[in-house]
Amino acid sequence: MPDYLHALEQQSIHVIREAYARLKPLAMLWSLGKDSNTMVWLVRKAFLGRVPFPVMLLDTGNEFPEVYAFRDRLLAEWGLDYVNAACPPVEATDATLPPAARAAARKTLGLKAIIAERGFRGILLGIRRDEQLIRGKERVFSPRRPDGSWDFRDQPAEFWDHYQTDFPADVHVRVHPLLAWTELDIWRYVERERIPVCELYFARGGKRYRSLGESDITFPIDSDAATIPEIIAELEQTRQSERAGRAMDHEREDTFERLRAAGYM
Amino acid sequence: MERSAPLALVLAGHVDHGKSSLLGRLLHELDLLPAGKAEELAAMSTRRGVPLEWSFVLDGFQAERDQAITLDTTRVRLKTPHREFVVIDAPGHKELLKNMIGGASSAAAALLVLDVQAGSEEQTLRHAYLLKLLGVHALLVAINKMDLVGYAEAAFAARSHEVTVALHKIGIEPRAIVPVSARDGANLRERGAMPGWYRGPSLIDALEALPAATPEHALPLRMPVQDVYRQGERRVLAGRLDSGRLAVGDELVFSPSGRSAKVAELLAWPDAAPDQVEAGGNASIVLDRPLVVERGDMASHHEHAPKLTAVFDAEIFWLSATPLIPGRELTMQLGTRSAGIRVQAIRHRIDVATLAPELASTIAAGEIASVTLRAHELIAVDDFAAMPATGRFVLRDAYVTVGGGIIDASGYPDHRAMPERARNLTPMRHQVTETERASRFGHVGAVVWLTGLSAAGKSTLAMALERRLFDGGYATYVLDGDNVRRGLNANLGFSPEDRQENIRRVGEAAALFAEAGFVCITAFISPYRDDRRRARAAVAKGHFLEVYVKADLAACEARDPKGLYRRAREGELKDFTGIDSPYEEPQAADLILDTTQEDIAACVDKLTEFVAARCRV
Repeated sequence: MPDYLHALEQQSIHVIREAYARLKPLAMLWSLGKDSNTMVWLVRKAFLGRVPFPVMLLDTGNEFPEVYAFRDRLLAEWGLDYVNAACPPVEATDATLPPAARAAARKTLGLKAIIAERGFRGILLGIRRDEQLIRGKERVFSPRRPDGSWDFRDQPAEFWDHYQTDFPADVHVRVHPLLAWTELDIWRYVERERIPVCELYFARGGKRYRSLGESDITFPIDSDAATIPEIIAELEQTRQSERAGRAMDHEREDTFERLRAAGYM
Repeated sequence: MERSAPLALVLAGHVDHGKSSLLGRLLHELDLLPAGKAEELAAMSTRRGVPLEWSFVLDGFQAERDQAITLDTTRVRLKTPHREFVVIDAPGHKELLKNMIGGASSAAAALLVLDVQAGSEEQTLRHAYLLKLLGVHALLVAINKMDLVGYAEAAFAARSHEVTVALHKIGIEPRAIVPVSARDGANLRERGAMPGWYRGPSLIDALEALPAATPEHALPLRMPVQDVYRQGERRVLAGRLDSGRLAVGDELVFSPSGRSAKVAELLAWPDAAPDQVEAGGNASIVLDRPLVVERGDMASHHEHAPKLTAVFDAEIFWLSATPLIPGRELTMQLGTRSAGIRVQAIRHRIDVATLAPELASTIAAGEIASVTLRAHELIAVDDFAAMPATGRFVLRDAYVTVGGGIIDASGYPDHRAMPERARNLTPMRHQVTETERASRFGHVGAVVWLTGLSAAGKSTLAMALERRLFDGGYATYVLDGDNVRRGLNANLGFSPEDRQENIRRVGEAAALFAEAGFVCITAFISPYRDDRRRARAAVAKGHFLEVYVKADLAACEARDPKGLYRRAREGELKDFTGIDSPYEEPQAADLILDTTQEDIAACVDKLTEFVAARCRV
């Protein structure tokens, strides 16, 4: 009897293969966090060891130094077709957003720019429903209007897993293979598959990062979890939300919704 | 430690009966809300001047909280003491039915939430019917807002009886009917707060008692081909198994082509290559011989292969603001296959209030109907009742999803079945050869297949051709509606499937005449390309002559020798070709005779010359 992680894994591989069959050219976002590394792993499983499309980092220049070092290590190990997508400066973002959200909105602009430049029809992203209420509303195949915005009030119906992959030529599709996973599922899978993760997730001096974002708007949590089993044990107990250390989520009630409606991941 | 999959549970029911509130409160009772969430909710509620609103836990959109209504589905994990669930909170508003169906389509069980004061309303019954249609059989009912009736036994008993009767009509027996109050948190976790009259389970007890989803690996193998990857010289077939099992060494048959090959190898990375793959798993297959296989093909074993048909019945839900009418062309997505289909007929509509089938000529948004669909080509289908994963489909119109449904192809012939059955027969070699027959008759055997609208001139031409050929020394005979329907096809009526079978038998009979050395002439409207293609396939290559007797609808309607067009226009005859049923013009006829341009005598001359040129030895 296959276990639950196997079922999640197989469902994600099915989605990844569907995206590759139907949306060309395809690329994936690689933020270097535990989720997007899990996604690279699933892509390699889907294509028997290869990653047959580019992986892109939306680079604000503000990632943690450990994250950049981790990237350089994996690039060599995994032989990825890597695209460094530079994000426009904060001055280019919507000035009515709160400060941390503006810093995050740089990624939205960087993504739009690279999609426009390379003409991608499909982008794989490692977001999950349990991270944030708004992400909980997402579709597996989520079409974006030409300006990159998300029409969340009228999303296409998604019945069974007969995903809709035909859209007008100026629409690109965000594909979310990890939508059904939880934070705990990811860690259990990382442990089982021995997927490399960045050292910042592990506690040092009573602090660790539970979610990785830009160094200027991401804060560590109090924790002594220094190994994956310890992280899993911690998460089974915690009542803190995963993104508690992400400043942009907590500025105003609707900040995240505004960010996502405008095209944030 | 092996963990079993959480049970996918959808919340259904009419808008405002408290689905999201119930789920929000459940999360609170189970201590699953993040720290500070209850305080945050209190603040949000105060800002909007409403009492503490548990639904805000789930309603992630600003607009949802402002209007206190769920717009789109949310999924949350729910961990009870003994089990784990993925709960899908679906909107109850009529306008948001597509989101409700989307949520319900991935559920294995449902919790129908009913306001004790309001009782069953339109969406309650519609949702219940849709759950049945989507194959969600395990259903619980929560009768909510018991606090508003002072937890009165009589109020609960009345609603309980009412909903049991309504669900029974749909064919659902609820596993339990549980009184609750989301606001007070009563009877969610423990029965304690309930008055003494209630002896049933708490909601969580009832949830934990729900059966697990049925595994699909015990069913016959179905693997829609998703993609074909090149790996050096090798081609790797990719596909996810919707049901059954597949192992190295298995002989696979691909539908609709019917081609088959063996599984030489199953690939994997970084894990060891598996010996077999089960339902839900993705396969990477290397076949033992090169075979043309592409996305959209369906792999199965020879035993229990899917049915091949172009026509089938379906129960559908329609979501587009443009009503569905017969003759509408749509795209059907069935697994990885996209097929053009035409709505051949609306059989009936389901009135969700009475649950009775009613006659209908159009289907509006939100309605459920039984229809007959005709694909432009043969496709592999399964009956939903037996094979849920491959018996369901989505309907699209350009870039919009307009509906979906489930297949019931029972009662339609399997086009695979005929050659399949013949397989065990060893053909006897005739002592008389085809050449001997041809030299005795002075011509080879052939089928001259006349096709065209009613009153285009097929029968007239057929009879005149028969006379001319016979006079010229040919062995010839005409098959037409009169001589075939009297005997060979006496058991067939005029339903779409019977018409299709009628043409199939005519094709087979004509092929026998041709083998016997005759020039067999047929005169049938035979409006579908598929049917004509099959008739052609029954005859040796080069001996089937498709003749398009061309006359446009206006000309045929003006002639109307039997008054049939008039009767069809008046609605007396249904499914009349050209009026309310399509005619698919031949794309590569061997001969076209336009009876509006040339008179019958000229057409007969042309036809006779053409047949003679092709048949005389």
